[in-house]
Amino acid sequence: MEAASVTSAPPRRRSEAVREFLSQYGLIAILLILPVAYGIQDLSNDGNLNRLGNNLVEGLSNGAILALIALGYTLVYGIIELINFAHGEVFMLGSLSAAALYGTFGLTPDTGTGGLVLGLAAILLIAMFASASLNVMIERVAYRPLRGAPKLAPLITAVGMSFILQNVGILWIGASQVAVPDLLGSQKHLVDIWGVTITRGHVLAIAVTVPLVLLLTSFVARSRLGKAMRATAQDPEAARLMGINVDTTISLTFLLGGLMAGAAGLISALYQTSIWYFQGFSAGLYAFTAAVMGGIGNIRGAVLGGFIIGVIQGISDNRIGNDWTPAIVFIYLVIIMVFRPQGLIGEETREAG
Amino acid sequence: MTRVAQLRNDRRTGIALAVIGAIAVALFPLFRPPLDGLTNDAILALSYVVMALGLNLVVGFAGLLDLGYVAFYAFGLMVTGWWASDFFSSVKGEKGIHIGTSSFVSNLPGIHFNFLLLIIGAIIICAIAGAIIGLPTLRLRGDYIAIVTLAFGEIIGRVFANGDEVTIFGDNKLSNGRQSISPIDQINLPFFGEFDSALDLRPYYWAVLALVLVVLFVNFRLRDSRLGRAWIALREDEVAAASMGVPLVKTKLLAYAAGGAFGGISGAFLGPFYTSVNANQFQFGFSIFILAMVILGGLGSIWGVVLGAVALGFLNHWFIPDVLDGEFVKDKLDSLGLNFSFTEVTFGVFGFLLVLMMVLRPEGLLPERRRQMELTSGEGPLEETAVFEARV
Repeated sequence: MEAASVTSAPPRRRSEAVREFLSQYGLIAILLILPVAYGIQDLSNDGNLNRLGNNLVEGLSNGAILALIALGYTLVYGIIELINFAHGEVFMLGSLSAAALYGTFGLTPDTGTGGLVLGLAAILLIAMFASASLNVMIERVAYRPLRGAPKLAPLITAVGMSFILQNVGILWIGASQVAVPDLLGSQKHLVDIWGVTITRGHVLAIAVTVPLVLLLTSFVARSRLGKAMRATAQDPEAARLMGINVDTTISLTFLLGGLMAGAAGLISALYQTSIWYFQGFSAGLYAFTAAVMGGIGNIRGAVLGGFIIGVIQGISDNRIGNDWTPAIVFIYLVIIMVFRPQGLIGEETREAG
Repeated sequence: MTRVAQLRNDRRTGIALAVIGAIAVALFPLFRPPLDGLTNDAILALSYVVMALGLNLVVGFAGLLDLGYVAFYAFGLMVTGWWASDFFSSVKGEKGIHIGTSSFVSNLPGIHFNFLLLIIGAIIICAIAGAIIGLPTLRLRGDYIAIVTLAFGEIIGRVFANGDEVTIFGDNKLSNGRQSISPIDQINLPFFGEFDSALDLRPYYWAVLALVLVVLFVNFRLRDSRLGRAWIALREDEVAAASMGVPLVKTKLLAYAAGGAFGGISGAFLGPFYTSVNANQFQFGFSIFILAMVILGGLGSIWGVVLGAVALGFLNHWFIPDVLDGEFVKDKLDSLGLNFSFTEVTFGVFGFLLVLMMVLRPEGLLPERRRQMELTSGEGPLEETAVFEARV
């Protein structure tokens, strides 16, 4: 399986350069189709871009959630080349536990600002660590025994794990969507800029995501453990020889991914004000699309991809219809996989061949 | 000499047992009422066998993990929705098109084709769809193939589930959306006449049993054919296979097309059996349901897959709803203070099976001999002697 990647690159020809150019900018062009088309439609119908602007803002806050989930995919794929299919469900269970903790902390929409901030901060931490320990546990139970097995084996267990966790969700809150208290008044308008409405929910999503992403990037880039992660991602064998404990490092990667998924879970509960056992499936696949779009294994790419997919989702939800959004996003997924498997920013993966 | 005699004895008893088993399988509905729950479950289980054998061609033989198999089931069912119901009722001035239908159906509007034509139509459509789905995956390997096929499965499911918003050929809708298309014509076979699933399920049982036998035969022949060996070579080592002259593109696309065709056959059978086509069931979970059968039985092992499909079919339609959710277990759970239905978490059970099988017995219940050797004797190329013995 691996042998194909060893073949050295043939000398570049002009046709290949053209193809490279097309695959890079063609993807960007395809990504711009939706916003540009609807922008033109808005301009000709309303004379301004307010509606598109609102879609974009909506999409960016969706994208913040997706970006946090996508980080989990990209970190894990970067280090063990496994699509952690159960990651969307880790996010979902993070969301469920965050919503369950509202009651534990006695938070209601009437709680004062100070109490609310403190309570939510505590819930954020607990949800993050709950998701993280779940993710680490999944790795221990389902993936570690299969290290060295044929590559499809852990992927199949990942799918199985994802179904198990979905059904844990069903046992927990039932099979239908459950409304949770709207603690922040997430639909409350904060400001209107040029006809674009910014709500509390939008601000929250960005305000939690950006610091977390910055923290994660600097952890991976600066800390000793981050260095170990990068080394393991490059070459597990060599990393082991250099005295890095590969198993611990892999667990750490799952831990970090789980932390991000837990944070996304709380934001989602606050922002969507509803929870559902199935929310992790589509969110997980969108986030995976985002990770591939950014270049899987690439942290900044995952965040960028998350925002892009979020915007596509926002536009599609509003213009084409909720029911069609998965189809639209998956069409993008297929296009990216086929024409540019190394993603926008470009991280050559072995899969890209 | 005694050992040889013993072996002959063994083989004889084996054949005798197989014959008795085959007769029992073929005749058991005669000893049950015409509208029997067990017969119903058996029909479903056998239709899953057809699908699982199809998926086994792709995943088990060719080693291409297909997570979007539901697409072919969807196409197969939709073929019956389009061409065996009054769905296109405006066709030919509301008179309808009829080919090989019973006298009753001949007066209905819409397009009505004979069951055999439906099967052929489903095979053609699904084979083409399989090849189209396969095309983008040619350059990819491993888990990326899985994701692209998953995406296609979801796209096709979504398109049919929202098909009432899509119009084709003038004013016709693509599907009925979340409403089901119903009624679908009953199966009408030459010499056997028209079936009636409301009165007697047995003809359906024997029809699906015949389908399974045909599909089994095709599967065995395919496995031993040049193409089948090419698939297995591809699964073992793509680069080595290519350098030995296996045409990668053609071989892979044929795997998708053949696998898809079986899914279509099964769908085209289930349409008349359900007498309705509901696009809500075209979900990822169904792909995993079929995949779990292949994995449970043993990737690449034809008898294993049959066993897996029958086992999971009965697990899904009989064991979980009738036994685990039956009175007896319910009372026991109630006395423990637990109150939930197993039917709700059926897919959790399948997920659990997938994980359990992969961790404990990745070669499946009835493993293919070649794969078992690989998994037990470690990685790397097969030993020379093993290659010669590697025939099931």
